[in-house]
Amino acid sequence: MKKIVFAAFVTYLSLFAYQANATLEIVITEGVNRARPLGIVPFHTQPGLVLPSSLDEVIAADLTRSGKFYAIDPAQMPQLPKTDAEVDYSSWASTGAEAILIGNVEEQGLDEYRVSLQLVDVIRGQITGGQSQVLSNGQLVPSKDHILDEWSVVISASEFRQYAHRISDIIYEKLTGEKGAFLTRIAYVIVRDRETEEYPYQLSVADYDGANETVLLRSREPLMSPSWSPDGRKLVYVSFENKRSQIFIQDIYTMSRTIMTDFPGINGAPVFSPDGKQLALVLSKDGNPEIYVMDIASKQIRQVTRNRAIDTEPSWTPDGKELIFSSERGGKPQIYRVNLASGKTRRMTFDGDMNLGATVTPDGKQMVIVNRTRGNYHIARQDMESGNMLVLTKTYLDESPSIAPNGSMIIYSTLHEGKQVLSLVSLDGRFKARLPAADGQVKSPSWSPFL
Amino acid sequence: MQIKTLFKGLFIALPLVTMMACTSTKDQGMSEAEANQAAMAQAEADKKAAEAKAAEAKATAMAEAKDMAEKEKRNALSMLQNASTVYFDFDTASLSSSAYDLLSKHADFLAKNPGQSVVIEGHCDSRGTPEYNIALGERRAKSVETFLMNSGVSSSQISVVSYGEEKPAVNGSTESAFAKNRRGVLVYQ
Repeated sequence: MKKIVFAAFVTYLSLFAYQANATLEIVITEGVNRARPLGIVPFHTQPGLVLPSSLDEVIAADLTRSGKFYAIDPAQMPQLPKTDAEVDYSSWASTGAEAILIGNVEEQGLDEYRVSLQLVDVIRGQITGGQSQVLSNGQLVPSKDHILDEWSVVISASEFRQYAHRISDIIYEKLTGEKGAFLTRIAYVIVRDRETEEYPYQLSVADYDGANETVLLRSREPLMSPSWSPDGRKLVYVSFENKRSQIFIQDIYTMSRTIMTDFPGINGAPVFSPDGKQLALVLSKDGNPEIYVMDIASKQIRQVTRNRAIDTEPSWTPDGKELIFSSERGGKPQIYRVNLASGKTRRMTFDGDMNLGATVTPDGKQMVIVNRTRGNYHIARQDMESGNMLVLTKTYLDESPSIAPNGSMIIYSTLHEGKQVLSLVSLDGRFKARLPAADGQVKSPSWSPFL
Repeated sequence: MQIKTLFKGLFIALPLVTMMACTSTKDQGMSEAEANQAAMAQAEADKKAAEAKAAEAKATAMAEAKDMAEKEKRNALSMLQNASTVYFDFDTASLSSSAYDLLSKHADFLAKNPGQSVVIEGHCDSRGTPEYNIALGERRAKSVETFLMNSGVSSSQISVVSYGEEKPAVNGSTESAFAKNRRGVLVYQ
């Protein structure tokens, strides 16, 4: 399944020529000193072979950006081993690295490169000297238990960057026990100068690190609220292209678009249900913003909330049985939770002036919210059961948080030096990074599911 | 058309007058009847001519009046378009008293010109989430709509759209920029 998705992705890249160079770059602002050091040794190649791009640099950047690790600068490495047999364990142990990645790339045919990899456990290797043996059928055989993983693969030039992310995923999972989210993408809206640009609003999709940006849509009028389908093939979003809000679903591979709602008033905040069959959305057709659930196939809608206050920003719980949403029914906006079967609703947030824009983490145990306390808008996380809240960010006017599919990181929109930019914060709040854009205001980020 | 009718009248009237002169000595009764007929025809012709003239004058006057009204409407509209924005306080959709004066002028104009339609846009500053601001922007636009409707404007003339924080009037994150962005705008179609 993963292979099929990967192949489709590569085809898609070559099909659509409208590619911009990375407009977003990641600047880590906090948290590297607390991360675990790793040795991503620059990969060895045959003499004279020029690689289409560097794998190890992408892997090192990925793992450092996870906030959990930091890749040791090659200039600071004690040695550059070509295989595990060459590893000097004690000198690596003194760098603090718990593991090192050794890679070799050779050209195997026309546009075919064989990549061979070893992920070596420095601590285990230091104990056994890389010479451990186990008893097998009454005989001692080398166990090589210092090797955490070892594999090789043949890739083409166009697959280098994507495969580097795949390697990062494997390493991350080996070392943390948690799935990596490096082979994911983000959707976002760029807004350029309305005075000078004919199409100032742009909906784009890029790799999670900002590379391979693809423009899906340009418009004279606002584009809002992109959100992914659970299969990662489609985006649902709001467009004002007809001078009023309408909800569209767009296939990011075929680019085909379907209009889902065109009611009088607000058509907003659409999100796919976890099974991909329904949308939760906001309509104000009867005079007041209310939350509805739409069956995508039949376009039948069902009203979920019914009161005179603003209800908006629905988000599904992972089991698809409940929605959490923002409501003003208690005065200022707070987060509420509604069971779709029973309609039973209860208030979730009580801290701060107001709480908005909630999303449930993939494990369903926490939610990420925009908290306003003493006039400052910050990203916070709250435990679903205990209700304990922790503010994670210190940036200015934070909004639109979206959680990585492995629940490790949040991408959100914030104001930096007068410009709206995307930023990252880890769920534990320790790691922080900024993704400054080349031009324009960047907003409404949405992290894809696993691809 | 009117000139044609006038000539027609003259054509009938002139021969009758000449005939009258020739036959006056022969048969008085006949000529009297003829004279009556001629006079009636003459009167008819005069009436028609006068009517035509009046109609012409009326049409000119009406066209002039229409021009004037059109010009006045255009002037009024451009005056209104120069002052078509009302501002709101943070996180509220209540109209300020200064907004009442401005909106009253728009309401008078729209009530007098029921064929004129207007779009009310609601906007917010960039604080708060985009989705909440869409809802708040709609509430602001609806405050303006309610004011206009209470002042005699038909609901069929008004449509409402909220752009939330998506179309700021000015960029920036100063208090003064925020204040300029929290607005309702009347856009005439």
